[in-house]
Amino acid sequence: MKFRGYVRPDGRVGIRNHIAVIPASVCASTVAARIAEQVEGAISLPNQHGCAQIGPDLEITARTLAGLGTNPNVAAVLVIGLGCESVQAERLHEEIAKSGKRVESLVIQKCGGTLKAQEQGLRIARAISQEVAMMTREEVDLSNLVLALECGGSDTTSGLAANPVHGYVSDKLIGLGGTSILSETTELIGAEHVLARRAVSKEVADKLFEIVRACEAKANAMGVDMRGSQPTPGNIQGGLTTIEEKSLGCIYKGGTSPLEGVLDYGERAPGKGLYVMDTPGQDIESITGMVAGGSQIVIFTTGRGSPTGFPLAPVIKITGNPKTYVMMEENIDINAGAIIDGVESIPEVGERVFAEILQVCNGKLTKAEALKHMEFGIYKLTSTF
Amino acid sequence: MTNGEDSVATALMDLCAGDEVAFELNGCMETMKVVDAIPFGHKFALVTIPEGGDVLKYGEVIGRATVPIAAGAHVHVHNLESLRGRGDLSSGKTSAKGGAAL
Repeated sequence: MKFRGYVRPDGRVGIRNHIAVIPASVCASTVAARIAEQVEGAISLPNQHGCAQIGPDLEITARTLAGLGTNPNVAAVLVIGLGCESVQAERLHEEIAKSGKRVESLVIQKCGGTLKAQEQGLRIARAISQEVAMMTREEVDLSNLVLALECGGSDTTSGLAANPVHGYVSDKLIGLGGTSILSETTELIGAEHVLARRAVSKEVADKLFEIVRACEAKANAMGVDMRGSQPTPGNIQGGLTTIEEKSLGCIYKGGTSPLEGVLDYGERAPGKGLYVMDTPGQDIESITGMVAGGSQIVIFTTGRGSPTGFPLAPVIKITGNPKTYVMMEENIDINAGAIIDGVESIPEVGERVFAEILQVCNGKLTKAEALKHMEFGIYKLTSTF
Repeated sequence: MTNGEDSVATALMDLCAGDEVAFELNGCMETMKVVDAIPFGHKFALVTIPEGGDVLKYGEVIGRATVPIAAGAHVHVHNLESLRGRGDLSSGKTSAKGGAAL
């Protein structure tokens, strides 16, 4: 099966042609935003981190920013640094440039302040914008797709209808040679033993158990019952009672394919097939991790109704709750509520979602894109220092 | 909607106390009366569940009954607790099911 995408110098295929203006740290984010808002095709990433982080926490931020820059939906990158931050603009520039795409960078302290950096950045971004506009789509195989599987604002219809639809779609894509990423480690608590049965090796199963154990231990260290925040108040109003129930519904997003491996946050999958990425259950940070890992497209189930998108990748919204579709039709792309109503089967809705994915790969805007929803957040392990 | 071993089912419409509901269990259609109002998407007990008993959905344990639950009763946060993510309990009291023991 084919779609028309942008083939990048590293061989990966994008479905969008964005210019990413990436601040190396929070201190450069205002300048990055001001440049992006004045240039056609440019999007800035509101990075809140990148300074006074240490060890693995700093690695997560650096890896994530580099992964977002190399994501094939990004045609070219402008890195903005302040100059004194932990994530150095020059290093980030070098990492992203390994993908072969055009990367430029500037440092505010070297430019001589906000206005001079903005002027210089605008001139660079203007030139990139004209160049990028000349890039064209070509026909490529669907096996180039890395699908991010997300759920947020879940209710009981998510586990019974919308997430099994995701599973159908994921299995179909993997059958065609593609890749899917299941994430949200918090929402594997209580369901990890079911997913681990599909691991391709004991090592993969052990790593899955380990990330869930570490996540639960971190939550338990807070000394409270996680209920009320996981499941959230909205999850509970929607009928979800425990984290185990939420998790057992969540893993339906991963279908029935073998589990090939477990990825760190923002890590790229080394092969094709189904992978789990270690991310929090918080939707925005989860999606940021998967897009940094190379996902070009996100499918997102939401029983309660979530409007969120992402700056660099289209997000297709699917609800299993027929009432939510009626209430929030302006945000929801696909109504899987017909499964709950007994009108359509999971494969029938799955085929509709698959057809929508193909259209979005070819350029159709999702509702979140049309409304410029660009929620963004990088996961943190601990406080800054 | 149920799995063969489940002790709860999910209401696919708002139900009133005393409503008779139909559900499929092991390929057979069964009926029962709910004893509470069950909002859309919420669960009711298919069988009597003792205090401390496991509650099953998707054929798996989703938690433990905190009080005896009558067949047909609403099952939610008032009578069902998590066994996982319980930092409020003393260490070693969380469930050993699944990966926690490994």
